[in-house]
Amino acid sequence: MPGVEGFMYPNEVSLYWSVLIVLYPYITGLVAGAFILASLVRVFRVEAVGPTYRLALLTALAFLIVAPMPLQLHLGHPERSFEMYLTPHRTSAMAMFGFVYLWYLMAVLTVEIWLDYRGDIVMMSQTTRGWRRLLYRVLTLGSANVSERALHIDERVGWFITLIGVPSAILLHGYVGFIFGSIKANPWWSSPLMPVVFIFSAMVSGIAAVLLLYMAMMRLRREPIDMRCVDTIAQYMLYIFIIDFSLEMLDLIHRIYEADESFRSLDFMVHTKLWSSQVVLQICIGTLVPIVLVGLVQVTRLSSAVRKRIYAISGSLTLIGVLAMRWNVVIGGQLFSKSFLGYTTYKMGLATREGLLVSIALIILPLFILAALVKLLPPWPQKRQEAAAASAPAH
Amino acid sequence: MSIFRDAGHLFRLAGVYLAGTLLFLVVRAVVVPHSFGQYGHYRGAAIAEIAAKPLHFAGHQTCEACHSDVARTKASGMHAHVNCEACHGPLAKHAADPSIDPGKPDVATLCVRCHAASAARPKDFPQVDADQHADGVPCNTCHQPHSPAIGPASAASGGAK
Repeated sequence: MPGVEGFMYPNEVSLYWSVLIVLYPYITGLVAGAFILASLVRVFRVEAVGPTYRLALLTALAFLIVAPMPLQLHLGHPERSFEMYLTPHRTSAMAMFGFVYLWYLMAVLTVEIWLDYRGDIVMMSQTTRGWRRLLYRVLTLGSANVSERALHIDERVGWFITLIGVPSAILLHGYVGFIFGSIKANPWWSSPLMPVVFIFSAMVSGIAAVLLLYMAMMRLRREPIDMRCVDTIAQYMLYIFIIDFSLEMLDLIHRIYEADESFRSLDFMVHTKLWSSQVVLQICIGTLVPIVLVGLVQVTRLSSAVRKRIYAISGSLTLIGVLAMRWNVVIGGQLFSKSFLGYTTYKMGLATREGLLVSIALIILPLFILAALVKLLPPWPQKRQEAAAASAPAH
Repeated sequence: MSIFRDAGHLFRLAGVYLAGTLLFLVVRAVVVPHSFGQYGHYRGAAIAEIAAKPLHFAGHQTCEACHSDVARTKASGMHAHVNCEACHGPLAKHAADPSIDPGKPDVATLCVRCHAASAARPKDFPQVDADQHADGVPCNTCHQPHSPAIGPASAASGGAK
């Protein structure tokens, strides 16, 4: 049989979880990472990353809206996903993700964005016209109270929501890791470290995504990049990346030393089918290179122009590396036989429902949603000041 | 109370969420079948609905009540454990009204379903490459399907001679 080596059981020859299931933890991870970056400002009082606070929240929302789409496309019948809420299946880890998702979307992210933007929404409901005015008026929920005390209450409640949001973000992505880590029949997945590795890699990817988006948007707007902000973000990315890489190496060393019955098979797989995607792309290009590059910035004095380029390259490589990590987990876990004597091949479709083009569309879609969100809820201080100035005579 | 005035928008937000939850509960009450969860994580009434569906298979005991000669032949052959309707198809209508002709199975497609050579089948299971083995001659020219082994018993019951 083409693409099959050694002994495969018949149900293992073709992969059930396609590239869309690679995107699901990838996109969810970007959400969790972006939110953690936002929480740095609000909860951990890292003022330097303040300029990206709102952008991080909007990025998290844009990606969160798209997060279930790979699953729905993979399974088909997206309308049935609502039944998960109507008749919840408590023993299904995957079904329970629906509630984790709903909690994060409705109780954390939406509320935090609304509270943070409420003052602006009220202003814009008075300064805009047409459908935008109607939209902002709906978003004010009929309350135009932006008194100092009301905004102070928003600030306190928002802080509390972010405080809940941090464990929620960890839950959201830890849960995705748990879905894989709890599959005891698959030695490539079954590891209690899986949720932890997923969370840290998610933080790294989310932070890298916001870093890149911030720099790209500043460039598009022809505004100077706040170097103190990007330096601090890159620092956090480096620290978390080091923890993430250490955890992944810990998992690897543990597997090598334990060398259970699956080890020879998995080791062979890493040296053959996963060599380029895991060792070359994930570990070398996607992890070591960005760590070394951002590490260099910490120990040398480089001009801001060089630092910007380094951050752009490291951020992009980080995103590629984390995507490769998701690929190696999801696809790698299905390439070997439970007999540990055979291997199969994954052939990605091009223009199929679960093919490459759909995957690219799913990666790009959040950027369009983000563009719309940025248009509706501008995260830039200048815009807010303009809006405030325009609305001042109305008061 | 100024606190209620200044936090009024939060109560409005809570109101929106409450309204959403209530709407969900109403939709749930309307959409989820009443018998859902009666026995397990499925619609309880489905059992009665499935049970009420018309039967298509009569069961081999029903066949053997009339076709006792075939039953005896079959009992002594290799197909003793193959149920009548596995080859003849569902025959509840014929059992209820014997005048309905069930027709004969097409041996050209029927036999190879089980006996075409395949690496996935156990080695001791009889399997042939139909083109080489029969060269277009129908299987039942030589093999009597109710007792397929070629030999005296088969010949006596009208099979291979």
